[in-house]
Amino acid sequence: MALAVDWQRDDYSRVPYWLYHDEELYAQEMERIFRGPVWNYLCLEAEIPQPGDFRTTWVGDTPVVVSRAKDGTIHAFVNRCAHRGAMIVRKTHGNAPDHVCIYHRWCYSGDGTLVGIPFRKGLKGEGGMPADFDMKAASPRKLRIANCCGVIFGTFAETCETVEDYLGAFGMGMVKRFFHKPIKILGYSRQLIAGNWKLYAENLRDTYHASLLHEFFVTYGVDRATQKGGVKMDARHRHNMNHAYTATDTQEEARAAYAGQQGVALDRMQLKDSKLLQHVPEFADRMNLAAPAFFPNGLLIQINHSLGTRQIRPKGVGAHEVFQTLFGYADDTPEMTRHRLISANLVGPAGLVSMEDGEAIEIVQKATKREGAAATVIEMGGRGPVKDLAHRVTETPIRGFWSYWAELMGVEAPGGIR
Amino acid sequence: MSAVPPAAPLAAFDVPREVRDAVGDLLAAYGLLIDEDKLEDWVALFDDACDYKVVTRENVEQGLPNVLIWCDNKDMLSDRVHSYRHVNEYNLHWDRHVIGPPRFLGQQDGAWRFEASYALFQTDLEGASRLFSVGRYRMAASVASGAARLRSVEVVADTGLVPSLLATPI
Ligand SMILES: [Fe+2]
Repeated sequence: MALAVDWQRDDYSRVPYWLYHDEELYAQEMERIFRGPVWNYLCLEAEIPQPGDFRTTWVGDTPVVVSRAKDGTIHAFVNRCAHRGAMIVRKTHGNAPDHVCIYHRWCYSGDGTLVGIPFRKGLKGEGGMPADFDMKAASPRKLRIANCCGVIFGTFAETCETVEDYLGAFGMGMVKRFFHKPIKILGYSRQLIAGNWKLYAENLRDTYHASLLHEFFVTYGVDRATQKGGVKMDARHRHNMNHAYTATDTQEEARAAYAGQQGVALDRMQLKDSKLLQHVPEFADRMNLAAPAFFPNGLLIQINHSLGTRQIRPKGVGAHEVFQTLFGYADDTPEMTRHRLISANLVGPAGLVSMEDGEAIEIVQKATKREGAAATVIEMGGRGPVKDLAHRVTETPIRGFWSYWAELMGVEAPGGIR
Repeated sequence: MSAVPPAAPLAAFDVPREVRDAVGDLLAAYGLLIDEDKLEDWVALFDDACDYKVVTRENVEQGLPNVLIWCDNKDMLSDRVHSYRHVNEYNLHWDRHVIGPPRFLGQQDGAWRFEASYALFQTDLEGASRLFSVGRYRMAASVASGAARLRSVEVVADTGLVPSLLATPI
């Protein structure tokens, strides 16, 4: 059924709340967004270094296997048996020469091709599959993949932009920045947030909230709106990056700027042990905060010395998992690895500067359920065309997200900005 | 299936009655102080040179070092509690710990090592309860004059998929 969205404005500065709650719309998103002409973040190459290594992941709410075949090539395919629809791979990761569905032992090669059916020719001339059953054609749907500096992206689309064009110069530049040398996986964290997946995607594009909701940022000067920084987007405004530069404001400037802002205090306390915040710029650009978010499901994140990726995994219309992979570099000293782990206190489900997002999203989801036609207000940073900004008192990139979302869903506002 | 080091006793040993009692009291206080929102008193159960870590079983089984929380001394631990009190926002709730009996593993560096299972429930302010986390504690405590003090706590959470967020300690 065709959807109709009353945007009220052509610049996506109003978004009706039913878009976060509608089951039918959610089903269409899984088709048109996640299986549409986009490059989804799947996993990191460093997670599957050896032939036979595999990881299970999600594209929207579709289970996907990413595996390295015997010849070293990387493949991704839908984790659903061609026979009766059972999940083929049940572990989160491992190493296997091939993948066998437990139900009737149908067997798949490392690239997801159906290669074996028990009793295919029957037994003693009886039973078996019809002779014309085409195993190759029946194989699980494969994704096209792209490996950008060790970041694996995948798409269901037969044809779409190249990943280089999709991410744009700024996106590719950020991938190269984070993955400029071999990495070492430090581990994972998972968080299940009772809110629509788009609330998380918006949160990543909302630089306005960062220094207000996450008061730890401000109190200890990890990230304040008074620092030099801004938001960058690709030409289509579907991806964005919140970023800030180390030590580019003073305590006095910050104190003046945040004076009188309800509930935010700079000098409320001192850390007894401040090693958590020790930061020596390790990138040439000297940014201490960089969070490029890639439509629809990916994020790279640096907060001081904590480095990671995040993947948004929708779990029905009212929930999503945030799956985070932390990493360091292969040449990190033991002291640096320890410092990255100490810095991990800042991020993830228990992160001192990230835990609040889970709560903020859940209370939006709760309060908007019966407000279908009413709309959220997105005007911080201005109305009209979406542009890069050299400040962060803005939520403009959220409008960029909605503009591209509307394009893919076929519901653009009349004359809507792009 | 499991890469978690086996918890078999290091060698045959006896656990004195006094130690069992002190550790039992410690575990009871540990859970109830958090549940009563006396987080500063909970911090006081630790030695000055202490370590508190929350990790997930998914990482431990893969030999991956990632932490959800890691305070490697008492100052960091009390910083975190101060931050909960004054800086962070999180879901408003009450905690309820159910902690199983300790299994003693032996003595090391003057401290008793033991582990115990836990279940942690959260109840929101309208009274709806949910299972928040299950897992086990791997702990070490020194015992003197009938009282035990925590030297290290490693929370290995089976519940790696954290519901909502993790603020108040496990
Ligand atoms: Fe946030």
